Amino acid sequence: MPQRLSPGPGSRDWSSHPPLIAPAYKSTRLRGPTRPLVPIPASLSELTGPVYGHESVGPCDHDLTKNAARDGEPLGERIVVAGRVRDEAGRPIAGHLVEVWQANAAGRYVHKADGHDAPLDPNFFGAGRTVTDAEGRYRFLTIRPGAYPWGNHDNAWRPPHIHFSLFGPTLASRLVTQMYFPGDPLLAHDPIYLAVPEKARARLVADFSLDVTEPGFALGYVFDIVLRGPLETPMEHAP
Amino acid sequence: MSKPQDKDNTKTRAVPTVEPLRLGQTPSQTVGPFFHPVLVPEAFGYPFQGIVGNRIEACEQNTQAIVIEGQVCDGAGRPIEDALIEFWQADSQGRYGHPADGRGGNTSFRGFARAATGPAPHHRYRLESIKPGAVDSAQAPHINVVLFMRGLLRHLYTRIYFSDEAAANARDPVLALIPEARRATLIAALQETQGDDKTASYRFDIHMQGEKETVFFDF
Ligand SMILES: [Fe+2]
Repeated sequence: MPQRLSPGPGSRDWSSHPPLIAPAYKSTRLRGPTRPLVPIPASLSELTGPVYGHESVGPCDHDLTKNAARDGEPLGERIVVAGRVRDEAGRPIAGHLVEVWQANAAGRYVHKADGHDAPLDPNFFGAGRTVTDAEGRYRFLTIRPGAYPWGNHDNAWRPPHIHFSLFGPTLASRLVTQMYFPGDPLLAHDPIYLAVPEKARARLVADFSLDVTEPGFALGYVFDIVLRGPLETPMEHAP
Repeated sequence: MSKPQDKDNTKTRAVPTVEPLRLGQTPSQTVGPFFHPVLVPEAFGYPFQGIVGNRIEACEQNTQAIVIEGQVCDGAGRPIEDALIEFWQADSQGRYGHPADGRGGNTSFRGFARAATGPAPHHRYRLESIKPGAVDSAQAPHINVVLFMRGLLRHLYTRIYFSDEAAANARDPVLALIPEARRATLIAALQETQGDDKTASYRFDIHMQGEKETVFFDF
Protein backbone atom coordinates (compact mmCIF):
# COMPACT_ATOMS: atom_id res chain seq x y z
CA MET A 1 0.00 0.00 0.00
CA PRO A 2 1.26 3.47 -0.78
CA GLN A 3 2.06 5.46 2.33
CA ARG A 4 2.15 9.17 2.93
CA LEU A 5 5.39 10.78 3.94
CA SER A 6 5.37 12.03 7.48
CA PRO A 7 4.35 15.69 7.63
CA GLY A 8 6.89 18.37 8.48
CA PRO A 9 10.51 17.64 7.71
CA GLY A 10 9.57 15.07 5.10
CA SER A 11 8.04 17.49 2.67
CA ARG A 12 9.77 19.77 0.26
CA ASP A 13 9.86 23.24 1.77
CA TRP A 14 8.82 25.35 -1.19
CA SER A 15 9.76 28.55 0.65
CA SER A 16 13.39 27.41 0.39
CA HIS A 17 13.40 26.70 -3.33
CA PRO A 18 13.15 28.84 -6.45
CA PRO A 19 9.98 28.80 -8.57
CA LEU A 20 9.76 26.87 -11.83
CA ILE A 21 9.23 30.04 -13.81
CA ALA A 22 11.38 33.02 -12.82
CA PRO A 23 11.01 35.46 -15.74
CA ALA A 24 14.32 37.26 -15.08
CA TYR A 25 16.02 33.93 -15.84
CA LYS A 26 14.85 33.79 -19.42
CA SER A 27 15.23 30.06 -20.10
CA THR A 28 12.63 29.30 -17.43
CA ARG A 29 9.90 31.00 -19.47
CA LEU A 30 9.52 28.18 -21.99
CA ARG A 31 10.93 25.38 -19.86
CA GLY A 32 9.17 25.69 -16.53
CA PRO A 33 5.89 23.75 -16.45
CA THR A 34 2.84 25.95 -16.04
CA ARG A 35 0.43 23.53 -14.39
CA PRO A 36 0.50 22.65 -10.70
CA LEU A 37 2.46 19.58 -9.64
CA VAL A 38 0.19 16.62 -8.90
CA PRO A 39 0.65 15.45 -5.30
CA ILE A 40 1.02 11.68 -5.00
CA PRO A 41 1.38 9.45 -1.95
CA ALA A 42 4.88 8.10 -1.48
CA SER A 43 5.18 4.43 -2.28
CA LEU A 44 8.27 2.27 -2.43
CA SER A 45 9.07 4.02 -5.71
CA GLU A 46 9.65 7.33 -3.94
CA LEU A 47 11.05 5.95 -0.66
CA THR A 48 13.84 4.07 -2.37
CA GLY A 49 16.50 5.55 -4.62
CA PRO A 50 19.89 5.07 -6.24
CA VAL A 51 22.55 3.89 -3.80
CA TYR A 52 26.06 5.06 -4.64
CA GLY A 53 28.78 4.86 -2.02
CA HIS A 54 32.47 4.16 -1.61
CA GLU A 55 32.66 1.70 -4.50
CA SER A 56 31.85 4.50 -6.96
CA VAL A 57 34.75 6.73 -5.97
CA GLY A 58 38.47 6.43 -6.73
CA PRO A 59 41.28 7.69 -4.48
CA CYS A 60 41.94 10.86 -6.51
CA ASP A 61 38.37 11.71 -7.48
CA HIS A 62 37.98 14.38 -4.79
CA ASP A 63 41.12 16.25 -5.91
CA LEU A 64 40.33 18.29 -9.03
CA THR A 65 43.84 19.72 -9.01
CA LYS A 66 45.21 16.23 -9.72
CA ASN A 67 42.49 14.08 -11.26
CA ALA A 68 43.02 15.45 -14.77
CA ALA A 69 46.62 16.64 -14.54
CA ARG A 70 48.67 15.70 -17.62
CA ASP A 71 51.94 17.58 -17.52
CA GLY A 72 51.64 19.84 -14.52
CA GLU A 73 49.23 21.50 -12.17
CA PRO A 74 46.17 23.43 -13.25
CA LEU A 75 46.46 27.22 -13.18
CA GLY A 76 44.56 29.31 -10.70
CA GLU A 77 44.02 29.61 -6.99
CA ARG A 78 43.91 26.31 -5.12
CA ILE A 79 41.01 26.04 -2.68
CA VAL A 80 39.57 23.50 -0.27
CA VAL A 81 35.78 23.14 -0.24
CA ALA A 82 34.45 21.12 2.66
CA GLY A 83 31.24 20.74 4.58
CA ARG A 84 28.65 18.48 6.14
CA VAL A 85 25.62 16.91 4.53
CA ARG A 86 22.73 16.51 6.94
CA ASP A 87 18.99 16.14 6.91
CA GLU A 88 16.67 18.73 8.42
CA ALA A 89 16.84 17.07 11.82
CA GLY A 90 20.62 17.53 11.76
CA ARG A 91 21.37 13.87 11.24
CA PRO A 92 24.43 13.18 9.09
CA ILE A 93 23.89 11.78 5.61
CA ALA A 94 26.75 9.30 5.86
CA GLY A 95 28.32 7.23 3.12
CA HIS A 96 26.59 9.07 0.28
CA LEU A 97 27.93 10.27 -3.02
CA VAL A 98 28.62 13.95 -3.74
CA GLU A 99 29.36 14.92 -7.36
CA VAL A 100 30.71 18.35 -8.39
CA TRP A 101 31.58 20.14 -11.61
CA GLN A 102 32.82 23.62 -12.42
CA ALA A 103 34.55 25.97 -14.82
CA ASN A 104 38.32 26.41 -14.70
CA ALA A 105 40.09 29.47 -13.28
CA ALA A 106 39.41 31.37 -16.51
CA GLY A 107 35.68 30.65 -16.43
CA ARG A 108 35.71 28.00 -19.15
CA TYR A 109 34.09 24.55 -19.04
CA VAL A 110 35.37 21.45 -20.79
CA HIS A 111 32.15 21.30 -22.83
CA LYS A 112 31.70 21.36 -26.59
CA ALA A 113 28.92 23.92 -26.27
CA ASP A 114 30.90 26.37 -24.11
CA GLY A 115 31.67 29.17 -26.54
CA HIS A 116 33.31 31.49 -24.01
CA ASP A 117 36.52 32.88 -25.44
CA ALA A 118 38.68 31.93 -22.47
CA PRO A 119 41.44 29.30 -22.41
CA LEU A 120 40.96 25.67 -21.53
CA ASP A 121 43.46 24.32 -19.02
CA PRO A 122 45.06 21.05 -20.21
CA ASN A 123 45.49 20.01 -16.59
CA PHE A 124 41.96 20.67 -15.42
CA PHE A 125 38.75 18.84 -16.27
CA GLY A 126 36.51 20.31 -13.58
CA ALA A 127 34.80 17.17 -12.29
CA GLY A 128 35.01 15.47 -8.93
CA ARG A 129 33.22 13.16 -6.60
CA THR A 130 33.53 11.89 -3.08
CA VAL A 131 31.56 10.06 -0.41
CA THR A 132 30.53 11.55 2.92
CA ASP A 133 32.08 10.07 6.05
CA ALA A 134 30.25 8.82 9.14
CA GLU A 135 29.55 12.41 10.23
CA GLY A 136 28.32 13.41 6.78
CA ARG A 137 31.52 15.31 5.97
CA TYR A 138 32.98 15.75 2.50
CA ARG A 139 36.07 17.55 1.25
CA PHE A 140 37.24 18.60 -2.23
CA LEU A 141 40.48 20.15 -3.35
CA THR A 142 40.04 22.28 -6.45
CA ILE A 143 40.76 25.54 -8.26
CA ARG A 144 38.64 28.59 -7.63
CA PRO A 145 36.37 28.83 -10.69
CA GLY A 146 36.23 32.00 -12.75
CA ALA A 147 33.14 34.01 -13.62
CA TYR A 148 31.79 33.49 -17.13
CA PRO A 149 29.47 35.44 -19.42
CA TRP A 150 26.12 34.06 -20.54
CA GLY A 151 23.39 35.19 -22.85
CA ASN A 152 20.57 35.85 -20.44
CA HIS A 153 20.72 39.63 -20.70
CA ASP A 154 23.08 42.39 -21.73
CA ASN A 155 26.49 42.01 -20.04
CA ALA A 156 25.33 39.01 -18.00
CA TRP A 157 27.96 37.14 -15.96
CA ARG A 158 27.51 34.08 -13.79
CA PRO A 159 29.12 34.52 -10.39
CA PRO A 160 31.87 31.94 -9.80
CA HIS A 161 30.17 28.75 -8.62
CA ILE A 162 30.56 25.02 -8.17
CA HIS A 163 27.73 22.68 -9.21
CA PHE A 164 26.78 20.03 -6.63
CA SER A 165 24.72 16.88 -7.12
CA LEU A 166 23.53 14.67 -4.23
CA PHE A 167 21.14 11.75 -3.98
CA GLY A 168 20.65 11.39 -0.24
CA PRO A 169 18.78 8.36 1.07
CA THR A 170 15.79 8.28 -1.33
CA LEU A 171 14.53 9.59 -4.63
CA ALA A 172 12.74 12.31 -2.68
CA SER A 173 15.96 13.71 -1.20
CA ARG A 174 17.64 14.31 -4.58
CA LEU A 175 19.29 17.73 -4.87
CA VAL A 176 21.23 19.55 -7.56
CA THR A 177 22.47 22.98 -6.56
CA GLN A 178 25.28 25.51 -6.89
CA MET A 179 27.73 26.83 -4.31
CA TYR A 180 28.77 30.49 -4.47
CA PHE A 181 31.60 32.45 -2.87
CA PRO A 182 31.21 35.01 -0.09
CA GLY A 183 31.36 38.70 -0.89
CA ASP A 184 30.83 38.26 -4.62
CA PRO A 185 29.39 41.44 -6.23
CA LEU A 186 27.98 39.38 -9.12
CA LEU A 187 25.46 37.67 -6.83
CA ALA A 188 23.34 40.83 -6.73
CA HIS A 189 22.99 40.64 -10.54
CA ASP A 190 22.50 36.90 -11.04
CA PRO A 191 18.90 35.86 -11.79
CA ILE A 192 19.63 32.21 -11.01
CA TYR A 193 20.81 33.00 -7.49
CA LEU A 194 18.17 35.71 -7.04
CA ALA A 195 15.39 33.26 -7.99
CA VAL A 196 15.86 31.64 -4.56
CA PRO A 197 13.60 33.14 -1.88
CA GLU A 198 15.59 35.78 -0.05
CA LYS A 199 15.56 34.07 3.35
CA ALA A 200 17.21 30.96 1.88
CA ARG A 201 19.81 32.55 -0.43
CA ALA A 202 22.61 32.72 2.11
CA ARG A 203 22.54 28.92 2.36
CA LEU A 204 24.08 28.79 -1.12
CA VAL A 205 27.04 30.99 -0.20
CA ALA A 206 30.04 29.21 1.30
CA ASP A 207 31.83 30.65 4.34
CA PHE A 208 35.52 31.40 4.25
CA SER A 209 37.17 29.33 6.97
CA LEU A 210 40.64 29.62 8.42
CA ASP A 211 40.13 26.20 9.99
CA VAL A 212 39.68 24.58 6.61
CA THR A 213 42.45 26.66 5.04
CA GLU A 214 45.65 24.67 4.53
CA PRO A 215 48.62 26.78 5.67
CA GLY A 216 50.90 27.71 2.82
CA PHE A 217 48.74 25.83 0.33
CA ALA A 218 45.06 26.64 -0.17
CA LEU A 219 42.28 28.83 1.19
CA GLY A 220 39.36 26.97 2.73
CA TYR A 221 35.61 27.33 2.26
CA VAL A 222 32.80 25.62 4.13
CA PHE A 223 29.59 24.71 2.33
CA ASP A 224 27.12 22.76 4.47
CA ILE A 225 24.21 21.06 2.74
CA VAL A 226 20.82 20.16 4.16
CA LEU A 227 18.74 17.60 2.32
CA ARG A 228 15.04 17.15 2.70
CA GLY A 229 14.21 14.63 5.41
CA PRO A 230 14.14 12.52 7.47
CA LEU A 231 11.96 10.68 5.00
CA GLU A 232 10.28 8.06 7.07
CA THR A 233 6.88 6.52 6.86
CA PRO A 234 4.49 7.32 9.72
CA MET A 235 4.86 3.76 11.02
CA GLU A 236 8.58 4.13 11.51
CA HIS A 237 8.10 7.56 13.01
CA ALA A 238 5.68 6.47 15.75
CA PRO A 239 7.04 6.60 19.32
CA MET B 1 12.41 46.16 13.74
CA SER B 2 11.73 44.17 16.88
CA LYS B 3 8.43 42.44 17.39
CA PRO B 4 6.06 43.95 19.97
CA GLN B 5 6.21 41.95 23.17
CA ASP B 6 3.14 40.02 24.16
CA LYS B 7 3.30 40.33 27.92
CA ASP B 8 0.55 37.80 28.60
CA ASN B 9 2.40 35.27 26.58
CA THR B 10 5.68 35.73 28.46
CA LYS B 11 3.89 35.48 31.77
CA THR B 12 2.18 32.21 31.04
CA ARG B 13 5.18 30.60 29.38
CA ALA B 14 6.22 28.68 32.47
CA VAL B 15 7.67 25.62 30.77
CA PRO B 16 10.11 26.50 28.00
CA THR B 17 9.30 24.47 24.94
CA VAL B 18 12.21 22.93 23.13
CA GLU B 19 11.86 23.42 19.40
CA PRO B 20 12.98 20.33 17.55
CA LEU B 21 16.05 21.05 15.46
CA ARG B 22 15.00 21.92 11.93
CA LEU B 23 17.67 23.03 9.52
CA GLY B 24 16.64 24.91 6.40
CA GLN B 25 16.77 22.90 3.19
CA THR B 26 19.56 23.84 0.81
CA PRO B 27 17.85 25.51 -2.15
CA SER B 28 17.86 23.84 -5.54
CA GLN B 29 19.62 25.46 -8.52
CA THR B 30 19.60 24.59 -12.19
CA VAL B 31 21.90 21.83 -13.46
CA GLY B 32 22.93 24.34 -16.15
CA PRO B 33 24.03 23.51 -19.70
CA PHE B 34 27.49 22.10 -18.90
CA PHE B 35 26.78 18.84 -17.05
CA HIS B 36 27.43 16.43 -19.95
CA PRO B 37 31.21 15.92 -19.41
CA VAL B 38 30.59 14.87 -15.81
CA LEU B 39 27.17 13.28 -15.50
CA VAL B 40 26.82 11.63 -18.93
CA PRO B 41 30.43 11.64 -20.24
CA GLU B 42 30.50 8.39 -22.21
CA ALA B 43 27.44 9.16 -24.30
CA PHE B 44 28.86 12.51 -25.38
CA GLY B 45 32.48 11.48 -25.88
CA TYR B 46 34.17 13.13 -22.91
CA PRO B 47 37.28 11.55 -21.34
CA PHE B 48 35.76 10.95 -17.94
CA GLN B 49 34.13 7.99 -16.29
CA GLY B 50 30.70 8.69 -14.86
CA ILE B 51 29.11 6.64 -12.12
CA VAL B 52 26.52 5.29 -14.53
CA GLY B 53 25.54 5.29 -18.19
CA ASN B 54 22.26 4.98 -20.07
CA ARG B 55 21.92 1.23 -19.60
CA ILE B 56 20.34 -0.74 -16.77
CA GLU B 57 21.63 -4.30 -16.69
CA ALA B 58 19.41 -7.20 -15.74
CA CYS B 59 20.75 -9.56 -13.13
CA GLU B 60 18.00 -12.13 -13.36
CA GLN B 61 16.74 -14.52 -16.04
CA ASN B 62 13.85 -14.10 -18.46
CA THR B 63 13.68 -10.33 -18.57
CA GLN B 64 12.12 -8.25 -21.31
CA ALA B 65 14.70 -5.97 -22.91
CA ILE B 66 13.40 -2.49 -23.62
CA VAL B 67 14.64 0.70 -25.22
CA ILE B 68 12.98 4.02 -24.49
CA GLU B 69 13.74 7.00 -26.69
CA GLY B 70 12.29 10.44 -26.88
CA GLN B 71 12.67 14.16 -26.95
CA VAL B 72 12.13 16.83 -24.35
CA CYS B 73 10.30 19.82 -25.83
CA ASP B 74 9.96 23.38 -24.60
CA GLY B 75 6.88 25.59 -24.63
CA ALA B 76 7.50 26.51 -28.27
CA GLY B 77 7.55 22.84 -29.24
CA ARG B 78 11.30 22.89 -29.91
CA PRO B 79 13.40 19.92 -28.80
CA ILE B 80 15.64 20.78 -25.86
CA GLU B 81 19.34 20.07 -26.40
CA ASP B 82 20.48 19.96 -22.79
CA ALA B 83 18.07 17.95 -20.66
CA LEU B 84 19.34 15.38 -18.16
CA ILE B 85 17.03 12.49 -17.40
CA GLU B 86 17.56 10.07 -14.53
CA PHE B 87 15.74 6.75 -14.37
CA TRP B 88 15.03 4.70 -11.25
CA GLN B 89 13.24 1.40 -11.57
CA ALA B 90 12.52 -1.97 -10.04
CA ASP B 91 13.73 -5.28 -11.47
CA SER B 92 11.53 -7.60 -13.54
CA GLN B 93 9.90 -8.84 -10.35
CA GLY B 94 9.18 -5.39 -8.98
CA ARG B 95 12.02 -5.33 -6.44
CA TYR B 96 14.11 -2.21 -5.89
CA GLY B 97 17.83 -2.44 -5.26
CA HIS B 98 17.53 -0.50 -2.02
CA PRO B 99 17.54 -1.41 1.69
CA ALA B 100 14.11 0.20 2.22
CA ASP B 101 12.57 -2.45 0.01
CA GLY B 102 11.71 -4.70 2.95
CA ARG B 103 10.60 -7.60 0.79
CA GLY B 104 14.20 -8.61 0.28
CA GLY B 105 14.85 -6.13 -2.48
CA ASN B 106 17.24 -7.15 -5.21
CA THR B 107 20.36 -5.38 -3.94
CA SER B 108 22.55 -6.57 -6.78
CA PHE B 109 20.24 -4.80 -9.25
CA ARG B 110 21.32 -1.22 -9.84
CA GLY B 111 18.06 0.11 -11.30
CA PHE B 112 19.52 3.52 -12.10
CA ALA B 113 20.61 5.20 -15.32
CA ARG B 114 21.29 8.64 -16.72
CA ALA B 115 20.62 9.84 -20.23
CA ALA B 116 20.61 13.28 -21.77
CA THR B 117 19.55 15.10 -24.86
CA GLY B 118 22.29 16.86 -26.78
CA PRO B 119 23.17 18.30 -30.13
CA ALA B 120 22.96 14.80 -31.60
CA PRO B 121 20.46 14.21 -34.41
CA HIS B 122 16.92 14.92 -33.29
CA HIS B 123 18.03 15.80 -29.76
CA ARG B 124 16.96 12.40 -28.50
CA TYR B 125 17.69 10.64 -25.27
CA ARG B 126 17.91 6.86 -25.10
CA LEU B 127 17.52 4.43 -22.21
CA GLU B 128 18.37 0.73 -22.54
CA SER B 129 16.87 -1.37 -19.81
CA ILE B 130 14.53 -4.16 -18.85
CA LYS B 131 10.83 -3.94 -18.30
CA PRO B 132 10.20 -3.46 -14.58
CA GLY B 133 7.71 -5.59 -12.69
CA ALA B 134 4.89 -4.16 -10.59
CA VAL B 135 6.28 -2.92 -7.25
CA ASP B 136 3.11 -3.70 -5.32
CA SER B 137 -0.31 -5.19 -5.94
CA ALA B 138 -1.84 -1.83 -6.83
CA GLN B 139 0.65 -0.08 -9.08
CA ALA B 140 1.26 -0.74 -12.75
CA PRO B 141 4.85 -1.26 -13.94
CA HIS B 142 6.60 2.09 -14.22
CA ILE B 143 9.97 3.80 -14.29
CA ASN B 144 10.53 6.80 -12.04
CA VAL B 145 12.01 9.82 -13.79
CA VAL B 146 13.91 12.79 -12.42
CA LEU B 147 14.33 15.61 -14.91
CA PHE B 148 16.90 18.41 -14.95
CA MET B 149 17.88 21.05 -17.49
CA ARG B 150 19.16 24.54 -18.03
CA GLY B 151 16.19 26.77 -17.31
CA LEU B 152 14.80 24.42 -14.69
CA LEU B 153 15.55 25.81 -11.25
CA ARG B 154 14.48 22.66 -9.44
CA HIS B 155 14.21 19.11 -10.71
CA LEU B 156 10.91 17.53 -11.65
CA TYR B 157 9.58 14.05 -10.96
CA THR B 158 7.47 12.08 -13.35
CA ARG B 159 6.85 8.43 -14.28
CA ILE B 160 6.97 6.34 -17.43
CA TYR B 161 4.18 3.78 -17.78
CA PHE B 162 3.84 1.37 -20.71
CA SER B 163 1.18 1.37 -23.41
CA ASP B 164 1.09 -2.43 -23.50
CA GLU B 165 0.03 -2.58 -19.85
CA ALA B 166 -3.42 -1.09 -20.39
CA ALA B 167 -5.21 -3.26 -17.83
CA ALA B 168 -2.68 -2.56 -15.08
CA ASN B 169 -2.59 1.14 -15.97
CA ALA B 170 -6.37 1.31 -15.61
CA ARG B 171 -6.06 0.17 -11.97
CA ASP B 172 -2.99 2.24 -11.07
CA PRO B 173 -3.61 4.53 -8.05
CA VAL B 174 -1.19 7.22 -9.23
CA LEU B 175 -2.62 7.44 -12.74
CA ALA B 176 -6.04 7.59 -11.09
CA LEU B 177 -5.03 10.89 -9.44
CA ILE B 178 -4.52 12.50 -12.84
CA PRO B 179 -7.32 13.92 -14.98
CA GLU B 180 -7.98 11.42 -17.75
CA ALA B 181 -7.04 13.85 -20.51
CA ARG B 182 -3.51 14.17 -19.11
CA ARG B 183 -2.79 10.49 -18.37
CA ALA B 184 -1.43 9.84 -21.82
CA THR B 185 1.50 12.16 -21.09
CA LEU B 186 2.90 9.43 -18.79
CA ILE B 187 2.49 6.46 -21.10
CA ALA B 188 5.36 5.34 -23.33
CA ALA B 189 4.10 4.15 -26.70
CA LEU B 190 5.27 0.71 -27.84
CA GLN B 191 6.78 1.10 -31.31
CA GLU B 192 7.98 -2.32 -32.23
CA THR B 193 9.56 -5.49 -30.98
CA GLN B 194 12.68 -6.58 -32.80
CA GLY B 195 15.99 -8.41 -32.72
CA ASP B 196 16.98 -11.79 -31.37
CA ASP B 197 16.16 -10.79 -27.82
CA LYS B 198 12.83 -9.29 -28.93
CA THR B 199 13.71 -5.86 -27.55
CA ALA B 200 10.62 -3.74 -27.15
CA SER B 201 11.17 -0.14 -28.13
CA TYR B 202 9.06 2.67 -26.77
CA ARG B 203 8.70 6.34 -27.48
CA PHE B 204 8.34 8.71 -24.53
CA ASP B 205 8.46 12.46 -25.13
CA ILE B 206 8.37 15.04 -22.37
CA HIS B 207 6.62 18.35 -22.94
CA MET B 208 7.46 21.16 -20.56
CA GLN B 209 4.49 23.32 -21.47
CA GLY B 210 1.50 23.52 -23.79
CA GLU B 211 -1.43 21.27 -24.56
CA LYS B 212 0.62 18.10 -24.09
CA GLU B 213 2.41 19.33 -20.93
CA THR B 214 3.70 16.28 -19.06
CA VAL B 215 2.31 15.61 -15.61
CA PHE B 216 4.92 16.25 -12.92
CA PHE B 217 4.58 15.07 -9.34
CA ASP B 218 4.94 16.42 -5.87
CA PHE B 219 5.74 13.91 -3.13
FE1 LIG C 1 27.98 26.70 -14.24
